[in-house]
Amino acid sequence: MSRPGSSLNEKRVKLNEDPGGDLSVFTKALTAAESPETRLLSAFNKDPHARKAYLAGREYYSEEGKTFELRLVRRIKQQLSADPTTRPEYPSSLGLTEFTRRATEVALGKSSRAIVENRVFGVQTPGFTAAVRLGAELLRHWYNVGADWCGPVYLSSPCHDSLAGIFQAAGIPDIREYYYWDDEQRGICLEKLLKDLGKAPERSVVVLSASAHYPTGADLSQNQWAMITKLVMRRRLFPFLLLPAQALCYGDLERDAWPVQYCASQGMELLCAQSFSHCFGLYGEAVGHLLCVLKQNSLLLSVQRQADKIVRSLWAQPSVGGAQVVATVLSNPAHLVEWKQELKSIVERCMLIREVLRERLRLLGTPGCWNHLTQQGGLYCFTGLNGEQVEFLSKRRHVYLLPVGCLNVSAINGRNLDYIAESIHLAVTTSI
Amino acid sequence: IATMSVFCEVPQAAPVAVFKLSQDFNNDQFPKKVNLGVGAYRTDECQPWVLPVVKKVEKIIVHDDRLNHEYLPILGLPEFRSSASKIALGDDSPAIQENRVGAVQCLGGTGALKMGAEFLRRFYNGNNNTKTPVYVSAPTWENHNAVFANAGFEDIRSYKYWDAEKRGLDFAGFLGDLESCPEHSIFVLHACAHNPTGTDPTHEQWKQIAETMMKRNLFVFFDSAYQGFASGSLDKDAWAVRYFVSMDFEMLCAQSFSKNFGLYNERVGNLTVVARDADNLKRILSQMEMIVRTTWSNPPSQGARIVAITLNSPELFTDWKDNVKTMADRVLLMRAQLKAKLQALGTPGTWDHITEQIGMFSFTGLNPKQVEYMVKERHVYLMTSGRINMCGLTTKNIDYVAESIHEAVTKVQ
Repeated sequence: MSRPGSSLNEKRVKLNEDPGGDLSVFTKALTAAESPETRLLSAFNKDPHARKAYLAGREYYSEEGKTFELRLVRRIKQQLSADPTTRPEYPSSLGLTEFTRRATEVALGKSSRAIVENRVFGVQTPGFTAAVRLGAELLRHWYNVGADWCGPVYLSSPCHDSLAGIFQAAGIPDIREYYYWDDEQRGICLEKLLKDLGKAPERSVVVLSASAHYPTGADLSQNQWAMITKLVMRRRLFPFLLLPAQALCYGDLERDAWPVQYCASQGMELLCAQSFSHCFGLYGEAVGHLLCVLKQNSLLLSVQRQADKIVRSLWAQPSVGGAQVVATVLSNPAHLVEWKQELKSIVERCMLIREVLRERLRLLGTPGCWNHLTQQGGLYCFTGLNGEQVEFLSKRRHVYLLPVGCLNVSAINGRNLDYIAESIHLAVTTSI
Repeated sequence: IATMSVFCEVPQAAPVAVFKLSQDFNNDQFPKKVNLGVGAYRTDECQPWVLPVVKKVEKIIVHDDRLNHEYLPILGLPEFRSSASKIALGDDSPAIQENRVGAVQCLGGTGALKMGAEFLRRFYNGNNNTKTPVYVSAPTWENHNAVFANAGFEDIRSYKYWDAEKRGLDFAGFLGDLESCPEHSIFVLHACAHNPTGTDPTHEQWKQIAETMMKRNLFVFFDSAYQGFASGSLDKDAWAVRYFVSMDFEMLCAQSFSKNFGLYNERVGNLTVVARDADNLKRILSQMEMIVRTTWSNPPSQGARIVAITLNSPELFTDWKDNVKTMADRVLLMRAQLKAKLQALGTPGTWDHITEQIGMFSFTGLNPKQVEYMVKERHVYLMTSGRINMCGLTTKNIDYVAESIHEAVTKVQ
């Protein structure tokens, strides 16, 4: 490659010598803060301790301590790779039709009135975050067009640390919190939650977790949902539901999606972001879905087309691999049975770990009440440990939890349970 | 249900032209219909083509027991990112050796453009670039505008590019725009096989473009969707990108592996970042991570794995280059044959541009009325702009298409 001509070199030299001249056009790009997960994982990887345990991961870990593929998924992937009819073409921006159809049905139930009345559409997205982002963009552009709406959006306290950023990146700056987890009660405080939402301006968007709340694992009961939806409708708030791990909470597809079906049955309009990463072990495949339930089917085409337009400015089309697997399973009764069975064993294992951990802490005489461990469901567990205790765990015991005290239940297994229980006990009892 | 929908004022968006074209084609019952609007490769049997090397690698992946099933890192599969950047910049690129090249795995070329646009809006030349002009060629890929607009850029303009009369590059106009635009403007350049005109600047012209852009402090954002596909040679197709790197530009290059790997549905893209130095690179990538985290968080692994395994194995890499050449050669053959047939038919006008243009597309020069004739009377589907996809031509339909063009040109003014 030829080197720059002399005239250009001179220019470079001039810039270098000029104290006011910017060397890079990107000097305003300061180093961004690492995500807490990244920092934690980094520290864990560098940790030489023999009994170190990483409990802050997002994926489901098997008893052997590895993220694994469901047996059924592996077989289907092999079948699909040998399929001579697959065509390498751009999929529709809205994704694979069979996938969106099944993803919609699995969230709303096949006989949902909204589906029957053709007031629902779904968009396949590259993962859960992308589904939330698409929903946020749709709201920013088309929610209450006439009123020039730009927020607020209410998120639970606590919630996933990217959520606020996603809405802001979509152009909605006004993000607020509603009370959710109560440290003392070690559960949801409905009273304060309703109070906060009661004060929300009309037309606010409220992000509600249908099941498997991250990071607390604490989900609303059916009674609580009834009260919240009454308020939402009365105050004309817009529900944006999150369904990140359907069937992984209670091992029951319908039960985990009940809030979505309930809201739809109340005639509400809603968005719902779904992920199939957890319940199919397809973490690397980014299989997400954004569900949109409208009040009138006359609007379906326009809203869907606008969603299509937005997709084209974000990622154009989603990737098909993972979606094909999900569609194949969800549309085949035999596969469905097998899949549900594999899921059931995952859920049962998580429930067992919760029980055993709670029991172990009781036997150790760890102060405090630990019932919340088994009252919560899903992969994640809000231990209720405070920042200092969490730091004690990582620094002195080499057991890594997320700073808010959330741990991934599946990362606990027969080999590390004792050590972890002991560590939690020490964290709580050792005065720092 | 008393209250109205909150979406009741949402207007109907216009359908995307190229997809509407495909739809109309699909609904057409005419037996000799031809689809020249599709944006993907087709074999001589008019079928999509799974590259043999891709089939091979897919088998390897699906039978690999040691495969990690976790989320990919936010910036993507490391071995994909580095090998993809090497493909664009060259193995021996001094910028790579100087540790100032990094990359972000993205959802296809579109995703790479999106990430680059979002980054530039926040961090190029200050912290708020909503008013910084972004220049795209006239004409350009129809989605460029939407990607930059959605990323927050309010001032998207076009730079002169296609000269309809001479059916070639309006180089003087292009340079003129480079000379007169506001300093620090962002320019989206097509690395090779310009879409939709198929007309690229010559090496000499690129040199002049580079000199002017350096002089006027303009930002270089390459869109590279056809590397290898245009001439059949990866290195030849990367000449412009590598030249700019050698001229010490800080730049972004959005790469797509949809066409050259036939991985349209796996969304394999890479945003290559060429920074001033390693420190700048580190800071840039940390900000890119933040942007990715609020868009798709973790990219899909399948396509990136296929590309990484291929690029990192000498044998598979050779296989791939052969597959790419197969596609490029078929396109070149169709170009040569179409031109020959039009000349044999005595179709008025010059048709040299068909073989002078490069890549998947050709700007025929047919006007909208002639295009309408082609579609309605001859059932040959092409874009209103006169753009045809050479891959839609086969040895079986090329006579019919040539005759149709001949009729369109002679019957319709």
